[in-house]
Amino acid sequence: MNITIREHSEREHTIDLTVFGEVDVYTAPQLREKLLTLCQGGSNIHLDLAGVDYIDSTGLGVLIGAYKAQKSSGGKLIISGMNSRLTRLFRITGLQEIMEFGPDNQEDGKS
Amino acid sequence: MREKLQTDFERLLASYLHDPKEENLYGVQQLNKWIMDQKIPPDEVLNHYIETLKKLIPDLHSDVKTSFDLLLEVMVGYGVQYRVDKNIATRHQELEDEIEVAVHLQRTLLPESPPPLEGVDLGVASYASKTMSGDYYNFVQYGDGILGIAIADIIGKGIPAALCMSMIKYSMDDMDHHQPEPSEILQELNTVVERNILPNMFITMVYGVYDSLNHSFRYATAGHEPGFIYRADTGQFEDMDTQGLVLGVTSHVEYPEFQLHLAEGDVIILLTDGVTETRFDGEFIERADFCELAKKYLHLPAREIAEKVYKRIYELSGYQMLDDQTIIVIKRVGKNKL
Repeated sequence: MNITIREHSEREHTIDLTVFGEVDVYTAPQLREKLLTLCQGGSNIHLDLAGVDYIDSTGLGVLIGAYKAQKSSGGKLIISGMNSRLTRLFRITGLQEIMEFGPDNQEDGKS
Repeated sequence: MREKLQTDFERLLASYLHDPKEENLYGVQQLNKWIMDQKIPPDEVLNHYIETLKKLIPDLHSDVKTSFDLLLEVMVGYGVQYRVDKNIATRHQELEDEIEVAVHLQRTLLPESPPPLEGVDLGVASYASKTMSGDYYNFVQYGDGILGIAIADIIGKGIPAALCMSMIKYSMDDMDHHQPEPSEILQELNTVVERNILPNMFITMVYGVYDSLNHSFRYATAGHEPGFIYRADTGQFEDMDTQGLVLGVTSHVEYPEFQLHLAEGDVIILLTDGVTETRFDGEFIERADFCELAKKYLHLPAREIAEKVYKRIYELSGYQMLDDQTIIVIKRVGKNKL
């Protein structure tokens, strides 16, 4: 399984990243490399996960790493487009309480 | 050593040239084994062969002799790669040996079996998807019928996860266990983990304290997959409450506590997400399906429930285990039903 990452930077001080596929132990290094570079730039990062069905714990670790890097550099990491499974994952892990999210995330399936 | 190669080649080649029968090739198998044992590279073997051939057939055509240069050149390249591969194989074996020691050490971090607890039957099934597991569990005896029960999932697998596991284990061992407060234990562990792990690592955990005098289970969770409580009176499973950030993301985290009371026949199942993220025909197992599956085994002793549920899920996944899996079963039984 592969992921595709598209980068746009049409907004000032914000880089938009759109991810497609499953972020798992095999594909997470690709996302980590991308985010690592962007987090050094000082811009806000808007991560659109509408094309992502599933994130495993390695993938979640990459997002946590990006969150920490952005927090220490003063930038923001904003996540949007989550399906109900991802929304549940962020609720269970408690990340919903500390991370920043866009308005277009699906409701938690509560399953 | 090299003399043996020369004399053996002379003997074998002379007999085969004199009578090229298959049985005259058997001696070559012995020589081959000796060459491998002595780790003689292929270019050197060929060189000895050519020298022997020239000795046995002095009037060998000069073109044939010259052609050996080409073959030798090929074998030199092959020999270099052979030595590289040998070194890799040796290093690989060394690493395998080190991992075997590490696996053995890791096993010592996990309790062999749960301690006995009055009126409660406890069972665990824990399996690693690779050699080393990222799942951790522990039982802490506080005395007076009170038992601490921990289950944790360390992100990643293999050696990094195992190293992290030792950090959790020794931090727990160092804690003052006179006042078992699940929320405080998670807070302390979070502080240790947050200071000591890589930015993209984290740990999920449930820490609970079972009081066998009043059969209550007081627990706190750190981003862990919710467990289940089976209620014998309704015959239904309920989701356990969960609220709390995974360990290792930020310092100063509060972990709220929840409490369950168990009647006879009630069963708590704690698990890691390797169980709930198992896929059947590409689809994740639903929590409702897990409950239906588990219900079939609830009449069994706790250890068997855990094992049977694990095995059934493993079967349904087509024997594909992508993540470590741990199931802890806490079953309230009558006083004499253990």
